[in-house]
Amino acid sequence: MSEYLGKVGAIIWKDILSELRTKDIVTSVLVFTVLVLVIFSFAFEPESEVIRLLSGGILWVAFTFAGMLGLSRSMAAETDKGSLQGLLLCPVDRDVIFMGKMAASLLFMLLVEAAAMPIFLILFNLPVFLPSLALVALMATIGFAAIGTIFATIAANTKAREIMLPILFIPVAVPVIIAAVKATGVIISGEPLSTARSWLLIIAAFDAIFLVLSAFLFEFAVEE
Amino acid sequence: MKNKNTPWTGVAILIAFVLMAVALYGALVFSPEEKQLGNTIRILYVHVPSAWIALVAFGIVSLCSVLFLWKRNLKWDTLARSSAEVGLVFTSLALISGSIWARSFWGWWWTWDPRLTSTLILWLIYLAYLMVRSYATEESRGARYAAVVAIIGFVDVPIIYLTTRLWNLAHPPPTVARGALDPIFVWVLMVSLAAFTLLYIILLTRTVEQKNLRREIDQLRQSLK
Repeated sequence: MSEYLGKVGAIIWKDILSELRTKDIVTSVLVFTVLVLVIFSFAFEPESEVIRLLSGGILWVAFTFAGMLGLSRSMAAETDKGSLQGLLLCPVDRDVIFMGKMAASLLFMLLVEAAAMPIFLILFNLPVFLPSLALVALMATIGFAAIGTIFATIAANTKAREIMLPILFIPVAVPVIIAAVKATGVIISGEPLSTARSWLLIIAAFDAIFLVLSAFLFEFAVEE
Repeated sequence: MKNKNTPWTGVAILIAFVLMAVALYGALVFSPEEKQLGNTIRILYVHVPSAWIALVAFGIVSLCSVLFLWKRNLKWDTLARSSAEVGLVFTSLALISGSIWARSFWGWWWTWDPRLTSTLILWLIYLAYLMVRSYATEESRGARYAAVVAIIGFVDVPIIYLTTRLWNLAHPPPTVARGALDPIFVWVLMVSLAAFTLLYIILLTRTVEQKNLRREIDQLRQSLK
């Protein structure tokens, strides 16, 4: 087990190191996320009551698009420089590579979300300290990373990768997006987290199912 | 080259034609108005069979995708792809007819109901399945990618159904199964279901044949070079 984690960790470290040196993903995706949030705050009156009802949707629209952008960049970097071949030649199982890439993308997405969340709460005049929102974001982002990593791998090998990833990703991510929007709505309206229990359970089930399924199917997505 | 047109194809097309004519007559003329649904029940003779084929076709896509990834026999991929092409048409038909029915009965075109949402997502997954093939750099890659998409989609659709069920419920439950519908409507529906199922099978086999012929042509063209 610890040997498995060590291998996964090595792949995660590779991605972190490359990110530290290029600053390719986190910065650009963060700027993008903030821009989306700013456009929404222009589109709706931030003082109105309606914004409370809409804010969950706005947040998850921004995070969904940001997530896809980050995933696509992370996989494109591997295919463009041919380093995916190198990765596949490593003496590890395919699901180790999947877990490593997945965890690194998850980490970058969480960093972006952690930075964008305060900006969102301030722009929309919401309570600034909402720790339970972090839980929803963490759970939903795991689901995004699980299906996003395998779809980004597929999309990176097609002719129209920018358009292919959303076409593959969004339909499948619908359960997570719905549940995350609903759970965020519950939290923002100040109700106790237990009201959102069934939504959190759906996200948890989605995460578990698609982590296993994607890790298993990853082999068929990278095979030459 | 083998002769692909067996006499059975002709017989099947003839039966499907007769069945379809009977189903149309049943739906438009023979079937009386229903107490609650009124004349809108006539739409359902098209809507229910289309939705049924949408699900059956996707079941076959997923099953053949699993078999393809497992056995690596192109036969399964051809079957899966053909079923997806035909299934997309029937899913579109189910969505359009359902929307027209909803407009005339409920007064709105669309609502986020579990069945409606999951059918729409199913339609999008069909689309993703076919698009990933046409955008793949090589045909063999496209086949593998599409199979992965089909399997993920197959697992995803029930989750979408459950998620939206928590959220909203507007689609009427299947009244046929509960026996709430007069037998006369059930009979017309059954004929229509049979006609649509046969039509699907014919279209599926024709599409498979067409794809096999295309592959044969490609091989011949390659050998000429």
